[in-house]
Amino acid sequence: MNILQNSTKALLLSELIGGMYLTLKYFFKPKVTINYPYEKGPLSPRFRGEHALRRYPNGEERCIACKLCEAICPAQAITIEAEPRSDGSRRTTRYDIDMTKCIYCGFCQEACPVDAIVEGPNYEFAAETREELFYNKEKLLANGDRWETEIANNLSIDAPYR
Amino acid sequence: MEFSEILNVYLLPTAIIVAQIFAIIVPLLIAVAYLTYFERKVIASIQLRKGPNVVGPFGLFQPLADGAKLFIKETILPAGANKILFAMAPMLTFILSLIAWAVIPFDVGMVLSDINVGILYLFAISSLGVYGVIMAGWASNSKYAFLGALRSAAQMVSYEVSIGFVIITVLLCVGSLNLSAIVEAQKTIWFAIPLLPMFVIFFVSALAETNRAPFDLPEGESELVAGYFVEYSSMTFALFFLGEYANMILMSGMTAVLFLGGWLPPIDIAPFNWIPGPIWFFLKISLILFCFLWVRATFPRYRYDQLMRLGWKVFLPFSLAWVVITAGVLVAFDIVPTPLSG
Amino acid sequence: MVQALAFYAFAFVTIAAGVMVVSSRNPVHSVLYLILAFFNAAGLFVLIGAEFIAMILVVVYVGAVAVLFLFVVMMLDINFVELRQGFMQYLPIGALLGLILLVELFFVIGIWSLTEERGVLATVVPSQTLTNTHALGNVLYTKYVYLFQAAGLILLIAMIGAIVLTLRSRPGVRKQRIADQLARKPEEVLDIVKVNEGEGV
Repeated sequence: MNILQNSTKALLLSELIGGMYLTLKYFFKPKVTINYPYEKGPLSPRFRGEHALRRYPNGEERCIACKLCEAICPAQAITIEAEPRSDGSRRTTRYDIDMTKCIYCGFCQEACPVDAIVEGPNYEFAAETREELFYNKEKLLANGDRWETEIANNLSIDAPYR
Repeated sequence: MEFSEILNVYLLPTAIIVAQIFAIIVPLLIAVAYLTYFERKVIASIQLRKGPNVVGPFGLFQPLADGAKLFIKETILPAGANKILFAMAPMLTFILSLIAWAVIPFDVGMVLSDINVGILYLFAISSLGVYGVIMAGWASNSKYAFLGALRSAAQMVSYEVSIGFVIITVLLCVGSLNLSAIVEAQKTIWFAIPLLPMFVIFFVSALAETNRAPFDLPEGESELVAGYFVEYSSMTFALFFLGEYANMILMSGMTAVLFLGGWLPPIDIAPFNWIPGPIWFFLKISLILFCFLWVRATFPRYRYDQLMRLGWKVFLPFSLAWVVITAGVLVAFDIVPTPLSG
Repeated sequence: MVQALAFYAFAFVTIAAGVMVVSSRNPVHSVLYLILAFFNAAGLFVLIGAEFIAMILVVVYVGAVAVLFLFVVMMLDINFVELRQGFMQYLPIGALLGLILLVELFFVIGIWSLTEERGVLATVVPSQTLTNTHALGNVLYTKYVYLFQAAGLILLIAMIGAIVLTLRSRPGVRKQRIADQLARKPEEVLDIVKVNEGEGV
């Protein structure tokens, strides 16, 4: 009986037809693809994208050149040089991130005591040349100014879990 | 000889034949281009994706963009390759996939060359397809290409045997090798119904013959990169690509002629027989091509020994037995078709 | 005129390809020229109205036999320079064989051209009402049926012989038994166990 059943099943290709039926069902289902450059998927507030250096509301840059980020960076992508400013406060004279080395681990923002270096929600910073990906302090500060609203929002959403 | 005589006897018929050839080849090539588009769309749909939708409305210009891309790329001749054979292989594949269309009937009398051994001609041409593959594999002087070619050659030769038996079964029911006669013989009932197992075997063998999934071992990218056309680029690659898809359409056309009644409407009553024959033929080919794509999106690739087992140990005995059964039934019930003259 | 042109084209290419088969250095090229020769021979058959034989020639010789030839020649790395080393040594035997074949050919043609029936045979035109295939079938299954069956039997024996020669069953080899695999059912071979935390199976 068992043999008969099995051979009928094999001869009628029931399993193949079952598989075909399944794929045909999916053929008519609504598609999940989003129309990328015009539609975008949701991002977590913890998303680690392009780096930015933030400022205080009064315009003063947050970074105090403690070099914790430089120390913790596993890819050694960050280079910092610092000296006292004319008003005596300690600031960076150079803050470079080599984005081609960066592995987007987020350790720099974890290490930062003043929330100066953060990884923002921007992931569309592809460039045509390598040089454009060697970010300097101006570029990072400009990123901070540009993305401040989103970054501040994300930080406040994520704050309860920190 | 008078000039007018030359014109009437030689030039005019030649011009007519050339025009007919173009009337077949140009739509065929457009169909090939859009088959690649539909393949991507169908498979994308089954995988819950959208498929190409950027170039032109609904991505309809995608095949043209792909063609332009391939056209402006550089043709690379590998240093160790056998140059002449390397260049000949894609041309052979392409030409063979086109010349077979000479005998496919699109409607009553609408056929380029209505020869008596039409189905044998088709079978012969499709069995030649293996040379393009094997020459490409050998001439490339590359391990991957060679392995792909060997696999493909063995596969195509194996499945040709069962295709041969399927064709014989159909011939037994028709009594003629002429393709138009084969279609006419299906006026009462399409052969897909009385010969359903043969229809399935033919379809699966057609998949193997055209190196389509789940039998696309020759180009199994997981182990052979791209199989026999690893070393090809630009137009030589495009010719292989076009040839392969034209072969798919050809095999679908063969299936439609042998089993689905070619240009005949499903039922010969009012709303159906208003639609002209070529449209029915086109619809049937499209249906079978959809099945090709559907199968590709459904089944995983066969292992090589399983492929050979299926060909030699399942299909060959089964189709051979079916030839005997069909012949027996035809003789027992005295319904052997009378030989059609001409 | 077109027929004559086609005949000379096919004939010339057939002979040229035949010459290239024996003279080309690369064995793969030889096989490819052989295929070209077959193909043109098929063209010649079409010209004399034997389209069935032409197609069968392409299907069987070009489509199957030559593929296997090509297969073997490609796989074996034959060094033809080495093979040709004893050329002078075997030349007399080869020449003798060639001569015998030539004489036989002469006899065949000579006898044929001397027979009375030649005119009759030459005027046998393909029937207008019967297709090539039917005509062949009628002759093959009536007049020559025993010879036909004998040929089939010889081929069958050759096939069985080839299988017997190559079939070997080695002990201790684990083979895949597909029927057994297909007959397995999930409920027979799979146990779904609910494991409680910290207790183990």
